[in-house]
Amino acid sequence: MMALLKRDLAIATRSGGAAMLGVLFFLAVVAVIPFGIGPDLNLLSRIGPAILWIGALLASLLGLDRLFQADREDGSLDMLSMQDWFGLVLTVFVKSCAHWLATGLPLVLAAPLLGLLMNMSGLSTGAVMLTLLVGTPAISFIGAVGAAVAVALPRGGLLVSILILPLAIPILIFGVSASYAAVTDPDPFWPPFMILSAIALFFAALGPVAAAAALRGASD
Amino acid sequence: MRAIATQLSGRRGESLVFHDIGFTLARGEALVITGPNGAGKSTLLRVLAGLLAAETGSFRLKDDDGADLAVADHTHYLGHRNAMKRELRVSENLAFWQSFQAGDNGGGLTVEAAIEAVELKGVGHLPFGYLSAGQQRRIALARLLVSARPLWLLDEPTAALDKRSDQLFADLVRGHLAGGGMAIAATHQPLGLDNVQRLELDGAHRSLEAGLEAFA
Repeated sequence: MMALLKRDLAIATRSGGAAMLGVLFFLAVVAVIPFGIGPDLNLLSRIGPAILWIGALLASLLGLDRLFQADREDGSLDMLSMQDWFGLVLTVFVKSCAHWLATGLPLVLAAPLLGLLMNMSGLSTGAVMLTLLVGTPAISFIGAVGAAVAVALPRGGLLVSILILPLAIPILIFGVSASYAAVTDPDPFWPPFMILSAIALFFAALGPVAAAAALRGASD
Repeated sequence: MRAIATQLSGRRGESLVFHDIGFTLARGEALVITGPNGAGKSTLLRVLAGLLAAETGSFRLKDDDGADLAVADHTHYLGHRNAMKRELRVSENLAFWQSFQAGDNGGGLTVEAAIEAVELKGVGHLPFGYLSAGQQRRIALARLLVSARPLWLLDEPTAALDKRSDQLFADLVRGHLAGGGMAIAATHQPLGLDNVQRLELDGAHRSLEAGLEAFA
């Protein structure tokens, strides 16, 4: 399984890989906001955490449909599916982890840079980074389910996003509210952050099982 | 070790593409499936590999004591597609499958030896996407060599291969059978084997109900 992780990371970082694509999209979405909103620094710093989260969510959805589709097109998915149930679930888990390492983690690391564009304070940026660190894996895990359902569709990209979005909304809500709570005084930071962590753990357990079931059902 | 199929039937959409297929393979034996296009050769192989559910019947692998073995863990499936990543080097591709499909019984050639066995020495450092279609197919064959599994399921294995490589492929299968393996291949390529069974699919599709009644 370490070999699978290494393989998927190698593919994502070589030419044509998805790793840089997500970060560039994130950069593009967040960088145009100040130009659209205008140079109102207070407003920018107030909406900053929400914009970063929305940008990161959209960037994570980008390229999610290729998670299993690329393997299906070259026939690798047949070999990955020729395992017992536990093996397949573990395979999906490892592929989701690789997807997060290649596309989710760079978003977390790019967040401070984009925080500058949004005139965010150090504390606010730190809170966004922490919530993204916990929240983006949840998007990858639940995204695997959508990717598995749409694996046989030639242009399933948009469908995956639409399938995933309702499930990703709670991640966004609690991620953003925890980020705000860190900087606005009376609101407590921990309750929304704990709920966000719980959602991440829940999706990490549920996502691979559901995705494996979808892959079994989709075989043809 | 034996591979036993009983009363297998498989469907494609609403029609039964083959039905009542039964055979038994022992160590060192091969089965060649022939039939016109659309006769269900690929479907049968995918059913055998466990990638498609059989409509009726079963396919089992039994070890020498008669205990059931997990088909997926003891089978190499080579489909139409090569299961290799274009972006990765040939040696990386093979090393990945070697580690991913490492059988309980171990064995298998090293990556370098497998590349040499398909007579492509020196391409290991190239990205898989740089190879020609025939070379890619030969590397896909090399995947079967890097981890030892007793049953090979081969779907048109010689597609895109030239005459010399056809021969190479036949030699590889012979070597596998001589080592106590089994092979089931959908191919029109004569393997030059003595102990080969043949299965001809007629390609006559039946509606699902009629087909199932016919042998109920």
